[in-house]
Amino acid sequence: MARNSLGREIPERWHGRRLDPYRDPWSRKPDVDRATRPVVRRNPGESKLLLSLREAIEKCEPHDGMTIATHHHLRNGDVLLNLLVRELDALGIRDVGIASSSVHPVHAELIPYIRKGVVTRIETGVNGLIGELASKGELECPIVVRSHGGRARSLVTGEVVVDAAFIAAPCCDVTGNLNGMRGPSACGSLGYAYTDARYARKVVAVTDNLVRYPAAPVSISQSDVDWVVRIETLGDPKKIVSTTTRITRDPAGLQIARYAAEVIDAAGLLRDDFSFQTGSGGISLAVADNVKRKMAEKKIKGSFGCGGITGYFVDMLEEGFFDTLFDVQCFDLRAVESIGRNLNHREISADLYANPFNRGSVVNMLDCVILSATEIDVDFNVNVNTESSGLLLHNTGGHCDTAAGAKLAIVVAPSIRGRLPIIRESVTSITTPGETVDVVVTERGIAVADRHPELIKELVRRRLPVKDIRQLHADICAMTGTPQAIEVADKVVAVIEYRDGSIIDVVRQVKE
Amino acid sequence: MQTEMRLRRSLLYVPGNMPGMLQNIPVFDADVVVIDLEDAVPLSEKDAGRILARNFLRLSRDRRNELYVRINALDTSYAMADLAEILPALPDGVRLPKADHPDVVERLDTMLTEHEEQLGLEVGYFKIIPSIESATGLLHCVDTATASSRLVALAFGAEDYTASMEIDRTKTGEELFHARTMVAWAAKAAGLQVIDSIFPDANDMDGLRAETELVKRLGYTGKSLVNPRQIEVVHEVFRPKPEEVAHALEVMEAIQRAREMGTGVISLRGRMVDAPVVKRAARTLKTAVAFGMIEYELTDEVVHGAK
Repeated sequence: MARNSLGREIPERWHGRRLDPYRDPWSRKPDVDRATRPVVRRNPGESKLLLSLREAIEKCEPHDGMTIATHHHLRNGDVLLNLLVRELDALGIRDVGIASSSVHPVHAELIPYIRKGVVTRIETGVNGLIGELASKGELECPIVVRSHGGRARSLVTGEVVVDAAFIAAPCCDVTGNLNGMRGPSACGSLGYAYTDARYARKVVAVTDNLVRYPAAPVSISQSDVDWVVRIETLGDPKKIVSTTTRITRDPAGLQIARYAAEVIDAAGLLRDDFSFQTGSGGISLAVADNVKRKMAEKKIKGSFGCGGITGYFVDMLEEGFFDTLFDVQCFDLRAVESIGRNLNHREISADLYANPFNRGSVVNMLDCVILSATEIDVDFNVNVNTESSGLLLHNTGGHCDTAAGAKLAIVVAPSIRGRLPIIRESVTSITTPGETVDVVVTERGIAVADRHPELIKELVRRRLPVKDIRQLHADICAMTGTPQAIEVADKVVAVIEYRDGSIIDVVRQVKE
Repeated sequence: MQTEMRLRRSLLYVPGNMPGMLQNIPVFDADVVVIDLEDAVPLSEKDAGRILARNFLRLSRDRRNELYVRINALDTSYAMADLAEILPALPDGVRLPKADHPDVVERLDTMLTEHEEQLGLEVGYFKIIPSIESATGLLHCVDTATASSRLVALAFGAEDYTASMEIDRTKTGEELFHARTMVAWAAKAAGLQVIDSIFPDANDMDGLRAETELVKRLGYTGKSLVNPRQIEVVHEVFRPKPEEVAHALEVMEAIQRAREMGTGVISLRGRMVDAPVVKRAARTLKTAVAFGMIEYELTDEVVHGAK
């Protein structure tokens, strides 16, 4: 057992893997070449089109211990991953690893197959029941939580080898040119699938919308795709872009958003070429709305918006507030429509977006990112993976990637969640190190990391409620009391990788 | 008469019987929060509202906003109990509904004095903002405005007023014009601030902005609010323009120069600067400081000259 630089106890080995404890956000880089995949030759007239998913799996030389991957652009509407595991089980394959870009509540269908030993490892963060049961020790299935950039990294460096990637393709031709822009399962950007197409040993395009050659625009090209298979449906369109992206109406949330926009302004970032990322939550969108108004007042033209893209960012692009949107994932229908027709709305891979081990990712060019949290501690470490109950319920997304990349990483959160204070002496688990978090904004005060004395001075001058984070913690706890710490067992059910592959924290089984 | 300099642009009502909303009071930028024990609280919860409001007041010693309590009308059986419960928890003042007659204000003044004596406070600790909200109230508002030295503002209540007139309230508000002006006259003549009625539609920000701009032109210094989302718009309307602030700074500089020369009047670019001009400039600067637009220390001496 070793302690990483944030004081978290990390086992030396875990399920056969040597764990490298987190040290700092900037220095780790293994001395390796990029991973590769076999050379394949296709002669004219050879068909890639297969008749069933079963046949596609068989073409991928299925074997016990194999690793498969899917992307999560269809989010909670995805049916592909469940179908694949069902087929693998029918073929008698066991000990499968899932290295998808994320797992959603809809994949709770996998639970019986995990119990049965069909699936025994999950090489990605999980949203929902699988994580909950694993945390309670009711499911034997080690989980490696990775950020978007970290997952891309793990494929690029060959730390994770995907034997077969099955890419849900909303629009695809017989050679495997594919995009996510059109079709009944249209989801817009296919940013997470790019890395799979480049690095998986075998790549299968799975589509419910086979179009005449060539399927354009080409997001993932025929030169990367081994096989193409048509199935009835990729998913439930209503759940694919269902995220309700609406500005919060809660007065406390709106107050947080106003403060956050003031912080961005006070930091001197609201000038021409401003670049910006927010999530799709109600408060994040309210921040975007306030920022947009300030940009309009100051007649500022930003350079780019990035990340998961919402209709609000599409508006900002169309109204000239940004030159370009870099889109890894479309959060709503308006984003899907826009990416299909606006050349300045660019689809980018998770690798280009956030991988720390390439020659420079987009997050490094970000001025400001707005982030959420389930908990924040007095050292500005942020948790988004577990809840205060100790249960692993959420994937990381781009949280730690953008915090590291952006000049100003602002965490926005209501001071009290349920009955619990958002700021803790220590968080249940660390997703993003405090070294990369600059400001925490709650409706009861703004805490700024000590390394920004000028920003603190400017916020005070603007009469914003700046507080030392310990004071803010005390103020909130004066109302809520200090919650009792949860009890955990020694057993590690999941590890949380930092974007560089070191281990920033582990999730231990909760005692009930 | 010395104008009270404290800013009261936004007076946000928060129902006294809703703990979830009470606990958020310190979060909002309203200049004044008025905890409501009157119309927002149903009869069955009058006691709960009173107790919750008292407990909240006790816990909020370090206040961002001024905290007032709207008690029930003095002719109801609740008002005495409201005062007895609330005053020991030290609100900054009382918002008095249905101030139809100066007598009502005088009676409240007497009650407050009695409480202050019991609590060992200086007399005059608790302020009063009476609501003029009926035809009768309007006819007496000139006298009401001078009925107690505790008064800091007169408030106009359009909802009850239109009810007393048996008319509908419209968004454009033509029917309120005369009443609003009358309340403004009474307040200004008595050296008080003057607070406009609520704008009931919390989703119509354009309507709120238009109404606030209108009442600002009529001389109103603040507005009562039903929803925290309305604060920002009202503050924006009352935000002085940069050129107004620049002019106010010039005025203050000029009058200080004048006083050094031993006079209270001076010419600034051909226009006379005297006490009323200085007062207006002082108010502009006070507002600008509250918005963080400038740093400026405004003492009584600067405003009124050496005593």
